Amino acid sequence: MLNSVKGMMLTLASTFQGLKKPVTREYPKTPTPVQPRFMGFPALTWDSDVGEPFCTGCMVCIRNCPTQCMSASMMDNPLQQEGQSHRRKIVDYFEINLNRCILCGICVELCNFDAIVMSHEHEMSTYERNGDRVALPALLEIGQKYQRETKWIPPTVLAKAKKDAEDAAKAAKAAEAEPAGAAQEAD
Amino acid sequence: MADIQTNLATNSPVNAEPVEMLLNMGPQHPSTHGVFRMVLWVDGEKIVDVEPHIGYLHRGSEKLCEGEQYHQVITLFDRLDYVANFNNELVYCQAVEKLMGLEVPERAEYVRVILCELNRIASHLLYVGTIGLDAGAMTPTMFAFRGRERIQSVFEAVSGARMMHNYFRIGGVKEDLPDNFEQLIAELLPPLREDVEESDRILTFNEIFLTRLKDVGTIGPEEAIDFGFTGPCLRGCGIEYDVRKAHPYSIYDRFDFDIPVGLDGDCWDRHWVRVQEMYESLKIIEQALEQMPGGEVVSSLGRRLIRPPAGEVYMRAENPRGEIGVHLISNGTDRPYRLKVRPPSFCNLSAIRRLLTNSWIADSVVILGSLDIVLGEVDR
Repeated sequence: MLNSVKGMMLTLASTFQGLKKPVTREYPKTPTPVQPRFMGFPALTWDSDVGEPFCTGCMVCIRNCPTQCMSASMMDNPLQQEGQSHRRKIVDYFEINLNRCILCGICVELCNFDAIVMSHEHEMSTYERNGDRVALPALLEIGQKYQRETKWIPPTVLAKAKKDAEDAAKAAKAAEAEPAGAAQEAD
Repeated sequence: MADIQTNLATNSPVNAEPVEMLLNMGPQHPSTHGVFRMVLWVDGEKIVDVEPHIGYLHRGSEKLCEGEQYHQVITLFDRLDYVANFNNELVYCQAVEKLMGLEVPERAEYVRVILCELNRIASHLLYVGTIGLDAGAMTPTMFAFRGRERIQSVFEAVSGARMMHNYFRIGGVKEDLPDNFEQLIAELLPPLREDVEESDRILTFNEIFLTRLKDVGTIGPEEAIDFGFTGPCLRGCGIEYDVRKAHPYSIYDRFDFDIPVGLDGDCWDRHWVRVQEMYESLKIIEQALEQMPGGEVVSSLGRRLIRPPAGEVYMRAENPRGEIGVHLISNGTDRPYRLKVRPPSFCNLSAIRRLLTNSWIADSVVILGSLDIVLGEVDR
């Protein structure tokens, strides 16, 4: 009997706490914000410096996809022939079947050209059976939205900047460690 | 069929001619925790015999593993025990590391342990919620899921996914913890401890709950070992066996924690062991956070193709449900030759016939719930 009263008190306390500060969200009206690392559907990125996709259609992601949800082909890059781009090859056709995709992120990890990202897009129900087979233009659109929203910087550029900073720090340390006299001589 | 008839005759509570009735439970029954079907032969309210049917969620994971490269297999292991994903990833990664003789960076080991223990708490909280439902209490489910949600937000911040993380790698983890991880975990732990305490307080010693679970589904220690029980189900019978202590893997020998042990081996003891384990996991997390060094977390292999030498290896680890084992045979190529999983849920479930026979229909749900099975792992 006493136990039941105790349990009821706990329930009442939680109820009042919940009324004060609700834990649940009314989902379609107030969507839950996603974390920065959230892995939504994969999308392709756009190199706005040149005005072409990062993707060269090299097929690394396709060979390593556990569910074979992607397909692509490459072509000679017309912009390279005009001398505007350093990419000799460029993606011609790219399709991801988002119904098959398991959002594992292996493609992003293995891409050599920063061309594919896990976007924050996760609501993509459609009315057709094959409505979730997304082709190149739509993928680039999702990718550009992601790039805009997160102020995306290519991971290789970030890694290079980090390495340069580390090297600079190391060099500064080495210069400090040198005897002061040697440094003066150098001046 | 003949032994059912004799069973009916001997176990009938009344001396009248026993009436046999077949009762189908599942696969769409909400209390079977997935797609599990039991055919119950009942005599009145008493269960005379049980025939479990498994395989509704069979995806052929073990065979699929043979067709995937070593780094892709991690995604399949995520989907075995889908409420304790990190623990599954850990045992597979460790099996390949053992085969290759690979050293894991110190920091990566700590990251793995913290995430695994958090996942153990999340899994046990889900159990507390569902056993409450099975015993007829709706409220603990809401409380338990609130706590689990907190943990999953941290998982999302760390790995990018709430459930299918694909975060551990062979020889390390995918990337370092996010910059704000210290703040996240500092905000997580105090309310989480409260959640654990609350779920403990509201359920464990509740009168109705005690009556429903005490002396129900009792199994002795010898029998439990014969059935291959592991994890909380075995410890509920009074046997102090935990892979983390008996055969320490990863860095579990560096932490100070106890193994909670039950007395009678009934449903309530199994429940009590799980609740106590959550406190022990919190202890481990706090110690790991204190000891965690800095440094590299990414594998020394980099992005090279993983080709372990030919040979075979067996690796085991303590999952929230018991001992998971991975028997990996490699023939030197980039794909496993054979990968056998010893799932804890499957072995624990094998005792369902012994536990349910001669119990009441009303107790069948609680007994099944106290075994805490995950059908993704039972059927594979």
